[in-house]
Amino acid sequence: MSENIRVIENATCTFCGCVCDDQILTVDMDAKRITKVQNTCVLGRAWFTEHAHEDRPEAIIGGKEATTAEAVEAAAQILAAARFPVIYGLSDTTCEAQRQAVAIADMLGGNIDTTTSVCHGPSGIAFEGVGESTSTLGEIRNRADLVVFWGGNPAESHPRLFGRYAVTPKGMYVPNGKRDRTVVLVDVRRTKSAPVADIFIQVKPGKDFEVLWALRALVKGRPVDPGIEATTGVSLATLEDLAARMKSCRYGALLFGMGLTMTRGRHFNSGALLALATDLNRYTHFVAKPVRGHGNVTGADNVVSWQTGFPFGVNFSRGFPRFNPGEFTTVDLLSRGDADAALIIASDPASNFPRAAVERLGEIPVIVLDPKATETGRLARVAFTTATYGINVPGTVYRMDDVAIGLRPAFDSPYPSDEDVLMAIKQRLEELTGAGKGAAAVAAQGTAAGPAA
Amino acid sequence: MSALRIVNGRVYDPINDVDGEIREICVADGKIVAEAPPEAKRIDAQGMVVMPGGVDIHCHIAGPKVNLARKVQPEDHRHDVHPRTAFTRSGTGGTVPSTFATGYRYATLGYTTAMEAAVPPIGARHTLEELNDTPVIDKGFYILMGNNVLLMQFLKEGRLEDFRNAAAWWLNATKSYTLKLVNPGADGAWKGRRNANITRMDEKVPEFEVTPRQIVKALVDVAHDLGLPHPAHIHCNNLGHSGNFETTLETMRAAEGRRAHITHVQFHSYGGEPGRLPTSKAAEIAEFVDAHPNISCDVGQVMFGKSTIMTADAPLAYLLRDYTSDRRWVNADTEHESGCGIIPFDYQEKVYTHALQWAIGLELFLLSKDPWRMVLSTDHPNGGSFMSYPKLIRLLMDSEFRKRELGRVNRKAVRNSVLMDGLDREYSLQEIAIITRAGPARILGLANKGHLGAGADADITIYEENPDKELMFSAPRYVIKDGRLIIEDHEFRCDHQGRILHVAPAYDSAVEDVIRPFFEDYYSIQFDNYAVDAHYIPRNEVIPTGDDG
Repeated sequence: MSENIRVIENATCTFCGCVCDDQILTVDMDAKRITKVQNTCVLGRAWFTEHAHEDRPEAIIGGKEATTAEAVEAAAQILAAARFPVIYGLSDTTCEAQRQAVAIADMLGGNIDTTTSVCHGPSGIAFEGVGESTSTLGEIRNRADLVVFWGGNPAESHPRLFGRYAVTPKGMYVPNGKRDRTVVLVDVRRTKSAPVADIFIQVKPGKDFEVLWALRALVKGRPVDPGIEATTGVSLATLEDLAARMKSCRYGALLFGMGLTMTRGRHFNSGALLALATDLNRYTHFVAKPVRGHGNVTGADNVVSWQTGFPFGVNFSRGFPRFNPGEFTTVDLLSRGDADAALIIASDPASNFPRAAVERLGEIPVIVLDPKATETGRLARVAFTTATYGINVPGTVYRMDDVAIGLRPAFDSPYPSDEDVLMAIKQRLEELTGAGKGAAAVAAQGTAAGPAA
Repeated sequence: MSALRIVNGRVYDPINDVDGEIREICVADGKIVAEAPPEAKRIDAQGMVVMPGGVDIHCHIAGPKVNLARKVQPEDHRHDVHPRTAFTRSGTGGTVPSTFATGYRYATLGYTTAMEAAVPPIGARHTLEELNDTPVIDKGFYILMGNNVLLMQFLKEGRLEDFRNAAAWWLNATKSYTLKLVNPGADGAWKGRRNANITRMDEKVPEFEVTPRQIVKALVDVAHDLGLPHPAHIHCNNLGHSGNFETTLETMRAAEGRRAHITHVQFHSYGGEPGRLPTSKAAEIAEFVDAHPNISCDVGQVMFGKSTIMTADAPLAYLLRDYTSDRRWVNADTEHESGCGIIPFDYQEKVYTHALQWAIGLELFLLSKDPWRMVLSTDHPNGGSFMSYPKLIRLLMDSEFRKRELGRVNRKAVRNSVLMDGLDREYSLQEIAIITRAGPARILGLANKGHLGAGADADITIYEENPDKELMFSAPRYVIKDGRLIIEDHEFRCDHQGRILHVAPAYDSAVEDVIRPFFEDYYSIQFDNYAVDAHYIPRNEVIPTGDDG
């Protein structure tokens, strides 16, 4: 270990949606390694300490090493020639980079979508149907005396959700921490999160909606058929007990995961849970919150929303944003064979998309920005190696509760940031497509607000 | 930077006592100047009206609650798209437009400054990110402090020094413009006592043993002591409730002669019994405001059609759920700082209360004797979109039009309105210039805005004269921002980034040692990560604080 050691306090971990900003990093500046992390979890420790600059080329074009500048040119040529370019990913990069990505989609008349469409997208759709009573994580920490986790396993996916925000911490109105709270876990199996719960309720797979709907009825004092147990695996007495606890608590919170959003029912499941939380506000104060996965997936939702009006699955081909999940969500449009070029940022769809979508990625020119070698990178025409946000790159990320937090990077990277690369591509695209393209597009649409060509 | 010479236009510049005279206006280097160089581009404003750029003193255009309101209403965007041009980004409209559409649409109405009126301080970083994506206009925001838990603890303990320093720290940490109060003192009841509320000015907030009156007084005093250019900006208790005008009068009295801004006062001018149909108390409110020069107001006019209720007054939004068929409701609690409620809404001519609210707003405009202190707003998008300002201007300028509109609304609601018995006042163009530019700029303490004197920011709007004032104010021929011709012949000629307007009052930094432990105990983010840095204000202007307040 060298003498050149730097300690960074209040660093932010961008691994998961908890976005803990109390990390203390000990950095060996010569070795460019983080040697020690305090206040972290098992995931955060791996995120920080296992980060090392691999000896990767700046960029690869068609399997051959290239410079960043050459790759920018190649990427811009691909995108400029495309008739239906899609931009996807964005959940593991800064808001600054996300803003550039939406700008490129807008300029090209392309499509933009984020990993939200394959995680809590259904919760976003449910939100549009019923709204949501929600809160910052600090409110749950300071006030919640009943916390219900539904369809998730935070002990393994968001380890500090329990210790920092929602179960054990002492708060203003829950001064004894966990002793002042009742914790309930609802899931299809007994996971590593179960030991933290005072009450564990096991639901038959695919029956969450039925359980939630029964709870809504019970909360409103309506009768529920005892046959609910045969359907869902949960007895009526258990549900009555939970409904009573929900109505009598002082500040309740429902935290839900992809066990709801990515199983049968999808946005109906999320919608039922959000509606339950809303119903409960007739009797007490109750909030609900999707537990978001990637470090800045919430930032992606926010940026795409404020720039376009819609959270994900947005298409600009008519010169303005349109939103249609199922049509403009990336899995669906790739599976249909719609896209003719793809720009993938900080995501690896080739390793987790359905086969038809991955096959389409293999047929079209793909551009990838990623700090690591990925499956998608292997099939890409142009692959950039970029610096890692939060470790090498400053910027903004949004915690799962929409609180924006700044990053304190540990050391420099030899590679450019996603934002730098996207800005360079955008600039080159402006040259290649020209203002004339914009004017022509406007003239074609006959809008009044356009320039006199 | 290019220079401009605007000739032959009829100039309305109330701050400089210019009332419709043909004057030449010269621009160089982004400012109004006495004389432009000979090579200056000449704009012939023959048959046109020249005014300073519009200034919106109270709107909701950026930040956490606005983005939730955007996300929850995709249908509102779908029906009102905003295509890109060679110069400008695309977006979507509706009552909560995307950021780019917001900036461009303000510009297309001739507005060049707008203030986001309610941001929980922890949301400052987010708000600034959105404002930086809101083109053309200059903009700032107010931070919600009327339910700040730490400030209330200071107040309870009588620690007024700490109270003042902490408020100043918060203004600096967030790069915001002034202190905002919403339903002061009531958040604890909402979040902690089963969605209850605080309804009386002298009711003690149980957690802190302080009353709304004390909170109002303390924040009015702090804004005064810090010399903020704009005073405490107050959304009174009991918004929307019948009989609330007394609360409003009490709130104005609580300022004890010091400057206070009462926002969207229309929503606070109701008579009647709580829980029963409201009546108008516009005359009482207007009379009180006229007699108290320390008080300024914006109206918060209701305009019929689609709106979005978005407010830090969470109990109000919850209550309004019962008055709409829309099933959507958003509630968002912000730790130690604020509540928030959002619902899609629709104001209808035939509904008694809506028609009454519409009439009360007009009464306030028409009964008020001092347009400098009763300025135009719709509390966008609560009373209606800012895009309805041209129609509102026509309602004020054209009494025939007003009468026709009056004939379309609920009869019972307007039967006893002073609008029915010959209140024929018509606003002049000069008065419109006051309530849409000069007045808001003066109330905000923006010395370089709202007028066309030498040294002012070259934010200028040129309208073609038209007997139909709605048409006239809907589409200016030219809009100049910082001396740049943004819109020429009704079309965008370039894009532009305005500035973030904020204050930086002095304070004793020792207070940070008092605030820090509170953060360590109760906040979910680190004290050292809370303040926003210069990265978030790439283009900014610090508005001076000082003696003349």
